[in-house]
Amino acid sequence: MREIKTSKITKAIEELCQSANFELGADVLQALRKAEREEESPLGKETLRQLLENARIAREESLPLCQDCGTAVVFLEIGQDVHITGGDLNKAIADGVSQGYTKGYLRKSMVRQPFSARVNTKDNTPPVIHTEIVPGDHLKITVMCKGGGAENMSRLGMLTPGAGRQGIIDFVVKTVDEAGGKPCPPVIVGVGIGGTADKVMELAKRVLLRKIGEANPDAETAELEKELLKKINDLGIGPGGLGGRVTALAVHVETMPAHIASMPVAVNMQCHSARHKEVVL
Amino acid sequence: MTEKPLKVLSPISNADIAKLKTGVSVLISGIIYVGRDAAHRRLVQSLDKDEKLPFDLKGQTVYYMGPSPAPPGKVIGSAGPTTSSRMDAFTPRLLEAGLKAMIGKGDRSQTVCEAIKKYKAVYLVATGGAAALISKSIKKSEIIAYEELGAEALLKLTVEDFPAVVAYDMYGGDLFEQAKAQYRR
Repeated sequence: MREIKTSKITKAIEELCQSANFELGADVLQALRKAEREEESPLGKETLRQLLENARIAREESLPLCQDCGTAVVFLEIGQDVHITGGDLNKAIADGVSQGYTKGYLRKSMVRQPFSARVNTKDNTPPVIHTEIVPGDHLKITVMCKGGGAENMSRLGMLTPGAGRQGIIDFVVKTVDEAGGKPCPPVIVGVGIGGTADKVMELAKRVLLRKIGEANPDAETAELEKELLKKINDLGIGPGGLGGRVTALAVHVETMPAHIASMPVAVNMQCHSARHKEVVL
Repeated sequence: MTEKPLKVLSPISNADIAKLKTGVSVLISGIIYVGRDAAHRRLVQSLDKDEKLPFDLKGQTVYYMGPSPAPPGKVIGSAGPTTSSRMDAFTPRLLEAGLKAMIGKGDRSQTVCEAIKKYKAVYLVATGGAAALISKSIKKSEIIAYEELGAEALLKLTVEDFPAVVAYDMYGGDLFEQAKAQYRR
């Protein structure tokens, strides 16, 4: 049994919230540079140039990459031999988000009473927390800062088995097409297939954490990712929706077993400002 | 490369609006007002009750944006556009009251497109997610109303060479449709 203090978790989350908002991951930067080289549309190319320049300014001046600093989505992988001490884990996570967003001059975007008063909580809490218990004695914390514009374009399709592979392709491509320029393309498209309505949405979000350029290890799923990416980039939406070859930087698909009657498919859209950072305690 | 951007002053004159055709890149200098979801709701509520607005809409430019807080020594935090379609329900009313230009990101409803034509206005887009870069063109920022809304307060900005592209012009031009027609396979 290994003990980890909640104070350590709070501190780690405070730092992750800030670094995620200031520094784009190397994989995202590399994908944007490649897109800038390959984009044929002049407006699309200029949009990508601005995004790369924006990433440089944000990193050098510790300014948020985007004014929408997102909902703090926290993924915890908790080893079953870990004992968390020093107080309430959920409170420790929320404290980390509060301190990170306050000290980093990040925008606080969370409101309570969502269908009525919509009063800002003023410290970007509460976070959304996903926990997984795994073998071992480590604690892996990932913070994803998820912007509202792209999240709004996410969709769930409760397809049935008869729809088949083609049904999935049609649903995903239609979702990206209807979103147009709203989710800040070039996007990363997270796709979950299988499971239940609730679990598949989580799967579609979690798969966005995979590094751009890494394919699904399953050959059949990797083939589906490739075909989806090509079809999406043929839509012509382009960077910022202003037209062009690069509408998506990547499509990440993850599957899980499903009920004999069901083939749920979930799409979670990630804007080009794909902000997530992780640490292992 | 795109053609050299056109420099325009805001408030944008009718003569300049006539020059702002779909696809043209511009650099905007002058005064722009900032408002998003909650501020739009309040502006339209005031119009419905015949109340005085916090600023005279006539001829003005509105930017759909909610900035991050200004760190010490900076005028404003990061300040990129938010998704414009959320303001669609309120836009025709504001255009009717004299609003002339809007800046945001993404496409708009057919109703907004028609209202832009009817009132000889213009809709421009800035690069979504280029928020730190765009903040460099903002030289002054003051809260003029709805301070209690935090990131959604109504602001008056002084900008210099704020980069944008004309999406919908007063002639009915639609950049998003043009883009798809050109690049869709």
